[in-house]
Amino acid sequence: MAGMVETTLPHSATQAELQASASKNRLGLWIFLLSEVFLFGGIMVSRVVLWGPTRPELEQLPAFFLTSVLLLSSFFMNRAETAVVYGDRKIFLNGILATMILGIIFLFGVVLYEWPFSGLNPANNVYGAVFFLMTGMHALHVLSGVIFLGVIYRNGRKGLYSPQNHFAVEGAAVYWHFVDVVWIFFYPAIYLMGVPPL
Amino acid sequence: MKDLFKYGLVRGLLAMVIGTLAGMALVSVVRLALGLSIWNPDAAWTVGGILGTIAFMIGVGSLTDWYRAASGKPLGMHTHDNPDWSPLQRYLGFSVDHKVIGVQYGVFGLILFLLAGTFALIFRWELAAPGLQLFTGEVESLAGLTGFNTMFSLHGMVMVAAILLCIAAMMNYLVPLMIGAQDMAFPRLNGFSFWITVPSGLLLLAALPLGGVDTGWVGYPPLSTRAPLGMVTFYLGVYLFGFSGILGAINIIVTILKMRAKGMGMFKMPVFVWASLATALIQFAATQLIGLSFLMGLLQRVMDMGFFDIAKGGDVILYQHLFWFYSHPAVYVFVLPGLGVISEVLPVFARKPLYGYKWVALSSVGIALVGYLVWAHHMFTSGMQEYLRVPFMVSTLLVAVPTGVKFFSWTATLWQGKLIFPTPMLFALGAIMIFLVGGLSGPPNALVSTDLYTHDTYFVVGHFHATLFGGFVFPFMAALYYWFPKLTGRMYNERMGKWHFWLQFVGFSVQTLGQMQVGLLGMRRRVADYDAALGITTGQLAVTIAAFVIALGIALMIYNLIYSASYGEKAAANPWRSRSPEFQLPSPVPVHNFDHPIEVVGNPYDYGLKDSIYVRPISTPAAPGD
Repeated sequence: MAGMVETTLPHSATQAELQASASKNRLGLWIFLLSEVFLFGGIMVSRVVLWGPTRPELEQLPAFFLTSVLLLSSFFMNRAETAVVYGDRKIFLNGILATMILGIIFLFGVVLYEWPFSGLNPANNVYGAVFFLMTGMHALHVLSGVIFLGVIYRNGRKGLYSPQNHFAVEGAAVYWHFVDVVWIFFYPAIYLMGVPPL
Repeated sequence: MKDLFKYGLVRGLLAMVIGTLAGMALVSVVRLALGLSIWNPDAAWTVGGILGTIAFMIGVGSLTDWYRAASGKPLGMHTHDNPDWSPLQRYLGFSVDHKVIGVQYGVFGLILFLLAGTFALIFRWELAAPGLQLFTGEVESLAGLTGFNTMFSLHGMVMVAAILLCIAAMMNYLVPLMIGAQDMAFPRLNGFSFWITVPSGLLLLAALPLGGVDTGWVGYPPLSTRAPLGMVTFYLGVYLFGFSGILGAINIIVTILKMRAKGMGMFKMPVFVWASLATALIQFAATQLIGLSFLMGLLQRVMDMGFFDIAKGGDVILYQHLFWFYSHPAVYVFVLPGLGVISEVLPVFARKPLYGYKWVALSSVGIALVGYLVWAHHMFTSGMQEYLRVPFMVSTLLVAVPTGVKFFSWTATLWQGKLIFPTPMLFALGAIMIFLVGGLSGPPNALVSTDLYTHDTYFVVGHFHATLFGGFVFPFMAALYYWFPKLTGRMYNERMGKWHFWLQFVGFSVQTLGQMQVGLLGMRRRVADYDAALGITTGQLAVTIAAFVIALGIALMIYNLIYSASYGEKAAANPWRSRSPEFQLPSPVPVHNFDHPIEVVGNPYDYGLKDSIYVRPISTPAAPGD
């Protein structure tokens, strides 16, 4: 099934080739994230149109806890990325692992606690529909980020990343921060802004 | 039989069937576990369609390399196709060569184009006379009026898919060649972008056997929540098709910004590359919004989420805003590459520099940016807030400014040129004339006061078809004839090409003016029957006959292209004496494009200026061109 033949293996790639490749990948990644801004922006617009100055009555503490968990994960992500630049394998791998665990806690919290115990149902009314659209689309991105980090962790343990060649780590980190920033907008839009309807 | 499995397409289709069935079974098992009825067609087809598409992408081999990379195996810095493959294996499998992918896009695009055209012929037959001709069966069945609605709905959406594919074909094939690159920036992503259109195109077409779609191509709720089952695969197919547009656009932008030949500044690029950049600037972002609107429509159908359900506090106008935020800029996606082709072809056959190169290049970007601000002019009668009408009217009229720049450039380029008229030139000139008709019939729809009368009439249909034939169909065919020798190494038949042009030009002029006339006399869109007392029977018959004349012309083109690809006379490397980099290569283009890297030493369109050259291979002495 393999469709391609390799002519040059990364081990033999020159520094200039690696830099050119990383610079293309970086631009592509950022354009992709800009495209995602339009997706989440559209969801945000839908929230503003459909909820207006109201919001559903939701439990505050669990959501605050989960938001803190996600923000904390970005710290470890940044630590891991810095470590790989300086070639510190231990801090790099531990940072990735910590980020993943915090991401999984967030996912479980949303899917297993917020969804069943929020009192909202997707089919009931527009509050349920928008709540599940926002948290669901965000959770899907967190999930893909966790899978991405899992790949990074496994390949990191094999020693595939070096200070010179680690674009995959950079890409995962930028993506993770992006998903985090989306939640910084979504959390207040769902839990804080507006007043519950009478 | 076993031999068949060496073709990626065959493996993909088989995997898609298995994946779809597995998805349906999964839904049924989950429903059974939840104590619901075992079969829910909406949910089964949604999950089946998604898993089927993933299975197709695995089966065709598009994920193999990424899987290898994820499991830690080394991947090459440079990719190319397996040299042991036969040509058929390469074209029917997962290739990473931008030229192969360009042809794959083009062939699949033309297949969908012919299918969508056939749908149009069927409902034009129905409209040729008052009363019902074809769709006389039970209203709810495909033999009845639902069948008529399905025909015009699918004509619209399949045509959109076909046009997106043909645009991608031109951009994929030409952009790397024109900027002197070996391939696109992300070759594997490029292959992925093409192959995902196949399962999503099949899902879109599956709407027909699944009971049809009766909402028109827009899929507006609340009608879409009550439409037949075909609506589900319609939404899903278009949603998945969007991945191709977004990923393809990212690839084009990075390729243009990062991979230009030495010395090729942004204002030294061929103008088609500028048009591609502008197209990609629309596509990479706006596509998310039609994706979101179709996703929400799908969720409302499958999971009863009330985004657009008034009873649950939803808002139907929201769907229209999200939908048109993409679907208006989408028409600029359709026409910008075509307008770029016109600017590319005219100087070659007028032997003159392109007039106002910088302005033409920037006008494409101008159209793209203004295009983001005009979407609600489709909704003047929808019941949206009235204060939105005038701002959107003004922004819509602004589009005429950059478009006018292009017209000035074209006429000034032709002025006092030494014109010759081979088929591509005829199509380029025809495109300008038809696009002018489309452009001039635009302001009556943009002005709120007149749009309230023309909205949803055949006048709009006539206007829209004139812009798309002038902006896409004619230029795309100019491109097909113009680059045919580069693609195949052979020349097309000039006589048949000219016949095709005249049939299509005359046929289309009758069609668009006829549509506008019956529209002004009171014919509404999306209606199978009309009153003979309106006095439009002759006009409707003329439009139908014109549609069949166009079909004849296009059939001639298909025959010409297929026949000439094997039996045409051998083409020279540069049959048009073009200065563009791709014409400095042998015909057909060799696998690795440029054996020697090229550098840019002049301006792209200095035709007729003595001793000026545009590109030359690095490290060889300069040879004077014309």
